[in-house]
Amino acid sequence: MALYSEKVMDHFTNPRNVGVIEDADGVGEVGNAVCGDIMKIYLKIDGGVITDVKFKTFGCGSAIASSSMATEMIKGKPLSQALELTNKAVAEALDGLPAHKMHCSVLAEEAIRAAIKDYYDRHGIEYDKSQFPDPHEEEEEGPED
Amino acid sequence: MEKRTVYADNAATTAMSERALEAMKPCFMQIYGNPSSLHSVGQEAKELLGACREKIAACLGCEPSEIYFTSGGSEADNQCIRSAALFGARKGKRHIVSTAFEHHAVLHTLDKLKKEGFEVTLLDVHKNGVITAEEVKAAIRPDTALVTVMYANNEIGTIQPIREIGKVCREAGVIFHTDAVQAVGHIPVNVREDCVDMLSLSAHKFHGPKGVGALYCKKGLPLSTLIEGGAQEKGKRAGTENIAGIAGMAAALEEACENLGANMARLTAMRDRLIAGLLKIPYSGLNGDPVRRLPGNVNMSFEGAEGESLILSADAEGICLSSGSACTTASLKPSHVLMSLGLPHEIAHCSLRITLADTNTEEDVDYMLEKLPGVVNRVRSLSSLWDDYVSGKIPHVL
Ligand SMILES: Cc1ncc(COP(=O)(O)O)c(C=O)c1O
Ligand SMILES: [Zn+2]
Repeated sequence: MALYSEKVMDHFTNPRNVGVIEDADGVGEVGNAVCGDIMKIYLKIDGGVITDVKFKTFGCGSAIASSSMATEMIKGKPLSQALELTNKAVAEALDGLPAHKMHCSVLAEEAIRAAIKDYYDRHGIEYDKSQFPDPHEEEEEGPED
Repeated sequence: MEKRTVYADNAATTAMSERALEAMKPCFMQIYGNPSSLHSVGQEAKELLGACREKIAACLGCEPSEIYFTSGGSEADNQCIRSAALFGARKGKRHIVSTAFEHHAVLHTLDKLKKEGFEVTLLDVHKNGVITAEEVKAAIRPDTALVTVMYANNEIGTIQPIREIGKVCREAGVIFHTDAVQAVGHIPVNVREDCVDMLSLSAHKFHGPKGVGALYCKKGLPLSTLIEGGAQEKGKRAGTENIAGIAGMAAALEEACENLGANMARLTAMRDRLIAGLLKIPYSGLNGDPVRRLPGNVNMSFEGAEGESLILSADAEGICLSSGSACTTASLKPSHVLMSLGLPHEIAHCSLRITLADTNTEEDVDYMLEKLPGVVNRVRSLSSLWDDYVSGKIPHVL
């Protein structure tokens, strides 16, 4: 058995929506070089709908495939729907990820949230702050080995 | 070049050699006896076992009676370290000196011993991945029971000054163990000349079978038992012997030692050609000392290109490699070996290890030199971290 599903390998080998949007309406970056995965997502938003999305990811196969899949899942969708995207849904759409790789897919969900929050902040749009918990206040560091 | 499969992960494991396989074959249906049996079928197996012990002893420069067969390198490490610790503790010595970049078979054994009341000093391995005998000398205390330092590192291939360390230990009257799993069969190892008291080796790292290894324990040193049971291996390691495995190991080691000089020269040239070629990739760097390293080991980091992605992209080109990136382990941390060199996290995550063996060819090197720059470029083209280097948001380190 291979490490990853065929879907994951497809999205790793031919990632969708790779790139940068220079005049993005919202940009979200999560992760850091210490943990080894960094995801950056760029959104174009028109009338509350995501009209374009691009990503750049420093990370493993799982992180890149999750970024690619997550951008596909929110493209053309209203913000309200994009905010409902979970890492579980991304992992399922990829036909599953190895258990120890789930943390890499969490970043996709977080990066999208961060980009939408950036859009709200930039445009002075009121929003429910509880929708955007600081992920690093909840999340403990990984297990000591 | 036409697509090919290049297996260059020989520090993980090697393919069996023809000669090792041939040595194993008769052990399944002809020499199948139990060496403990008194009848002729058993005695034939016992004879073979003795001949294998002699071959291995000859390769290490010791007596056959100083060789004990184990299930591999991990078991040998566990047994050597526990034995020396137990022996020391009986004399009130509960301090052990080792290094920060040992294999987990050593480090986790030391962690257990710490919980059992031992004190462990892990020496810093510096930026080049080499410790000095003076540092070992300075760390030895009156209550030091054991010094354990690996002969050559499995990730960055750096070779330690084992003979100098051995002399220091001998002068101080401290037991010296070396995990020589990556060294035996690859570089000259002689336990007498190197002043080594205990040593671990593993067959599958030199074209022998997996699941079999051996330890050397100098005559007169007490070896304690990990696996209790029958009287095999002088009561130090119970269990009916893995005759086929042992025969394969002895043949593989004999072959490796016969060809040692020629293999070293050839692999060193291939290694250095790879390193020189890959260093042409912008913002790349070699990890570990360029000279004091195993003939077949290349370990490099490529800024902004994460290790697992490099492995997967190389695999798509038919090239089998490994990395010390966190995402290639079950933990969220990059390799403890790369971190022990003082590398920043983002450089440790971007490492790629290429380990050559005599089964590799110059064409393999050509192929890797042709394909790997494209692999690095592809991974960088997806990378937000790479964008940050390029835009000057963060400074280059390599
Ligand atoms: C340096 C070192 N020590 C110990 C081991 C463990 O050997 P084995 O796989 O035979 O248990 C390995 C290989 O994995 C190694 O590279
Ligand atoms: Zn990851």
